[in-house]
Amino acid sequence: MENFLELTKLISPASLIPLFPLLGFLLTAFFGKTLKHAAGWLASAMILISFCLSTFLFINLPANADLSFTIFDWIKFGNVTLSFGFLIDHLSIIMLLVVTGIGFLIHLYSIGYMHNDEGFARFFSYLNLFIFFMLLLVLGNSYLVMFIGWEGVGLCSYLLIGFWFKNDAYNDAAKKAFIMNRIGDLGFLVAMFYMLFYFGGLDFETVNAGAQTLEVGNTLLVTITLLLFVGAMGKSAQIPLYTWLPDAMAGPTPVSALIHAATMVTAGIYMIARSNIIFAMAPLTLEVVMWVGVITSLFAAFIGMKQTDIKKVLAYSTVSQLGLMFVALGVGAFSSGMFHVVTHAFFKALLFLGAGSVIHAMGGEQDIRNMGGLAKYIKITFYTFLIATLAISGIFPFAGFFSKDEILAASFSEHKAVWVLASISSMITAFYMFRVMFLTFQNSFRGTEEQKHHLHESPWTMTVPLSILAIFSMVAGFWGMPAVMSSTHWFGTYLAPVFEGSKAYLGEGHHLDHGTEIMLMVIATVLALVSISIAYVMYVKNKTLPEADAETTGVAKWAANKFYVDEFYDKIIVRPITILSDVLFVLVDKLVIDLVVMAGAWLVGFTGRTIRLVQTGNTGFYVFAMVIGMMVLMFIQLVY
Amino acid sequence: MLSLTLLSIPLLASLLLLFSRGAMSRNLALVFTLVQLGFTIFAYTVFKAEGAGPFDYMQNWSAKPFINVHLSMDGMSLLMVMLTNVLLPLIVLSGYNRETNRMHVFYSLMLFMQFALNGVFMAFDGFIYYIFWELALIPIYFIAFNWGGENRAKVTLKFFIYTLAGSLLMLFGFLFLYNGSPANSLEWSSLVANPSCSCNQSWLFWLFFIAFAIKIPIVPFHTWQPDTYQSAPTQGTMLLSGIMLKMGTYSLIRWLLPIVPAGVQEWQPLVIALCVGGVVYASIIAIMQRDMKRLLAYSSIAHVGLISAGIFALNRSGIQGSLVQMVSHGLTVVGLFFCADIIFNRTKHEEIEGLGGVRLAAPKFAAWFLIIVLGSVALPLTSGFVGEFMLLFGVYQYNTWLSIFAGLTIILGAVYMLRMYQKVVLGKAIKENMVFPDLMWNEKIVLVSIGVMIFALGLFPNPIIELTEPILKTIIK
Repeated sequence: MENFLELTKLISPASLIPLFPLLGFLLTAFFGKTLKHAAGWLASAMILISFCLSTFLFINLPANADLSFTIFDWIKFGNVTLSFGFLIDHLSIIMLLVVTGIGFLIHLYSIGYMHNDEGFARFFSYLNLFIFFMLLLVLGNSYLVMFIGWEGVGLCSYLLIGFWFKNDAYNDAAKKAFIMNRIGDLGFLVAMFYMLFYFGGLDFETVNAGAQTLEVGNTLLVTITLLLFVGAMGKSAQIPLYTWLPDAMAGPTPVSALIHAATMVTAGIYMIARSNIIFAMAPLTLEVVMWVGVITSLFAAFIGMKQTDIKKVLAYSTVSQLGLMFVALGVGAFSSGMFHVVTHAFFKALLFLGAGSVIHAMGGEQDIRNMGGLAKYIKITFYTFLIATLAISGIFPFAGFFSKDEILAASFSEHKAVWVLASISSMITAFYMFRVMFLTFQNSFRGTEEQKHHLHESPWTMTVPLSILAIFSMVAGFWGMPAVMSSTHWFGTYLAPVFEGSKAYLGEGHHLDHGTEIMLMVIATVLALVSISIAYVMYVKNKTLPEADAETTGVAKWAANKFYVDEFYDKIIVRPITILSDVLFVLVDKLVIDLVVMAGAWLVGFTGRTIRLVQTGNTGFYVFAMVIGMMVLMFIQLVY
Repeated sequence: MLSLTLLSIPLLASLLLLFSRGAMSRNLALVFTLVQLGFTIFAYTVFKAEGAGPFDYMQNWSAKPFINVHLSMDGMSLLMVMLTNVLLPLIVLSGYNRETNRMHVFYSLMLFMQFALNGVFMAFDGFIYYIFWELALIPIYFIAFNWGGENRAKVTLKFFIYTLAGSLLMLFGFLFLYNGSPANSLEWSSLVANPSCSCNQSWLFWLFFIAFAIKIPIVPFHTWQPDTYQSAPTQGTMLLSGIMLKMGTYSLIRWLLPIVPAGVQEWQPLVIALCVGGVVYASIIAIMQRDMKRLLAYSSIAHVGLISAGIFALNRSGIQGSLVQMVSHGLTVVGLFFCADIIFNRTKHEEIEGLGGVRLAAPKFAAWFLIIVLGSVALPLTSGFVGEFMLLFGVYQYNTWLSIFAGLTIILGAVYMLRMYQKVVLGKAIKENMVFPDLMWNEKIVLVSIGVMIFALGLFPNPIIELTEPILKTIIK
């Protein structure tokens, strides 16, 4: 009882968390003109308040407790009640902290980054709206509330990718992102119909309880989870729905950091982790998740090797890392997947913000072939970027090392082939990340004199977030030390209650002995170091430059052109639909259907005109016709 | 008796307007539609408190044939009456700051239309219902004919004859019902009580269905619609798409389902496939449309196709969802056509291509336009989402694959709507020397009211559901 009282006290702070960003959105949207640059500070403050409230929840939520409450009944018909409510448990708290914490830092960063933009206030209103929807997504206690956030963040992503709306290429990228996400959303929507129909509700509790009355591997569960996974493919950019994410780099860099790296794109992983029970009960789906994840990871890594736009490289590395997270989910290591979500949020946000700082210094230049030697001009950016690169490459003791190691270890014990592929993908990651690092910061400057003159470190609003994220990229790994190093795995223990329910269905995971564990770590580290050395030799010692686009040939050309997947989609989907649209309009609608309609009208007119001919006014003809008619009638009478 | 008041306000106003001139008549029209709106709100409170009693009006008109003038009210009628009377002032308002000749006739016809529409939704006797149904056609015909654009003579004639032909089939249907019914009456309640009158429901179904399908319109009975929507004056198009087509969908629930139940059961698979097919068909056509109003026309066909599919799913979720979506579609489609009108008003440009740059010149307009677009593509927290969710869930309960097919609308809807929005509003101005003032006062009121209602219903759809739930219980057994 005491516990219950203690929990109810948390309801109001929890409900307030998303309200502040919403308030910030409304204020900056309606009074942006008057607020001017204060809009940035106001918006940041709102997120900071939400972050404080999240921290408050983190501290005050009793261990192993969770709190689910309804705010109001949203849609009620027949015996279906779909309510709007929140769920506070360890999983949502982790996400709350990541979203509001990193969200705040990126807001702060944007104050500097967007300072001279004419759409300054509008930018912050969109950012606040994004945080609002993202918070709904992670707070929702049902799939429906999650779906509100799910589509809402898609909208904000659309608005922010196309933020510079004068450029039509950016608008295209925005539209593409929205539509591809919608393809996934249809899967999510249909999954909800299944759940609503078979389990009678959409809140996690009802669905989990309903699912557990079924047997493991039941077709219904496999269908539902596969459909949900289609939604995750769209949002988290997995094959075949990943092509929007690299294009999404059209948005301002803080957006790429916040939405397209740290938070929104991990929503798919969060959703599956949230649904761990039903996914664990559908082994077939987990298998699919695992393979899609590992193939995406490898594929994106290949493309990443040949990109020359600094943000594009990071985008493909995001796709690749998301793939790794899905591998973790696929092998049933939900907690490891979430761990990588968190560490990745730190170092990937840092990488993007660092890239933003570089672009800022270079006056908008994004091609790494035109950079070089920046280390001595922008020191803070360089060191923080280096830390993030070490982290993503999985070098001890940076954050990425621990989370990636967990995923690799889990896949090693479940599926050796996947482990091999994931390791190759990690190895490639280390290579191309250091390729970017070296080409950007080492050797001598390759840009124009004017750019060289312009080079400068960013203002404090930008460097402070960089430094804070760098600290977390260094220490976040210690939240989840492997068993061989420490007896406590704080992160895993913290999330354990959330994944308690699915344990029974996953079977006893093979526990690796310490020897194997150390061996895996050594292999991973050696592979990473080899990659880094190759990158060093190529780009620092030999000063190789990526060749101009026209000179690329063979496989490299394919990779540089992203394996022509966009062109392929255009040929087999986009073009046929536009052609079909014209054909249906001209041939079917205008010609066939309307022709039938007009033929009907013509027939009436024709009959009228024909019968009119009979109306001659000639009495003799009328009598004649009458006699004929009577004869016909008599004949009929006789026959029948 | 309240129902008589609801009818007489617009009717009297319509007559009165004929004696006014110029801008005065527009002001009068606004005043009267607002009075009617106020009275509707009052009617709503009365209905909530006392039920249908105060609305019931029954007067024998003729003993043989037995016809009663029977007006009444239930949740569904009230919902449609409210939709009509909420939209009318907005439609009148959207005519401000625009040139219209012979304004007194124009607005008089509009109010007469309001009278007829209110009548259709409150009629509980087949004959009276039919009379109102046909009365509604007359003013819109003249509006489209006299104030329309290119090809108006040809287009309106096609529209008029097409819908009239449909109505004729319905008239036959009613005649058969009249002869077949034991009480020799077209009283709604008695028809509902004896649905299996001696008529052959198998083809009786088609007499009614085709009449409604033309009005809605359901593919393939739709070819009058894009032409008419394009050539009619914007306010006429708003009346047609926002309210008049709801006569069709409303009538499906009110008359077709309860009165021809066996016919509905028999033809359900065919008809629902037709509706869903129409959704995808119209959505695909909308993608490459070059004219803004035509694109909106096809998107409207797609939306009402889904509404009809939900109705023919014959379950609670589908029919309830269709009612929510009727309101939602009424709001969004009026808003969208108004946005098209605002663009045309300033640029004299109807094509989707070759415009652009509106966002730069008129950010407020662009923002409200986007909000209405989002309502139309059914983003959660807008009314469109609630409607489409329930509709698709209704279709899902009928058949899973059909619901996935119908669900393509959420993808295709985004494709054509965002394409239009991008080409027209975003980007740089392609047209040279484009002068695009931001929203004028009347435009602001209309778009903001619609935007606010879209969100209000998206957040709190329950009042609509509660209002209509009791009556649906009697219709779906």
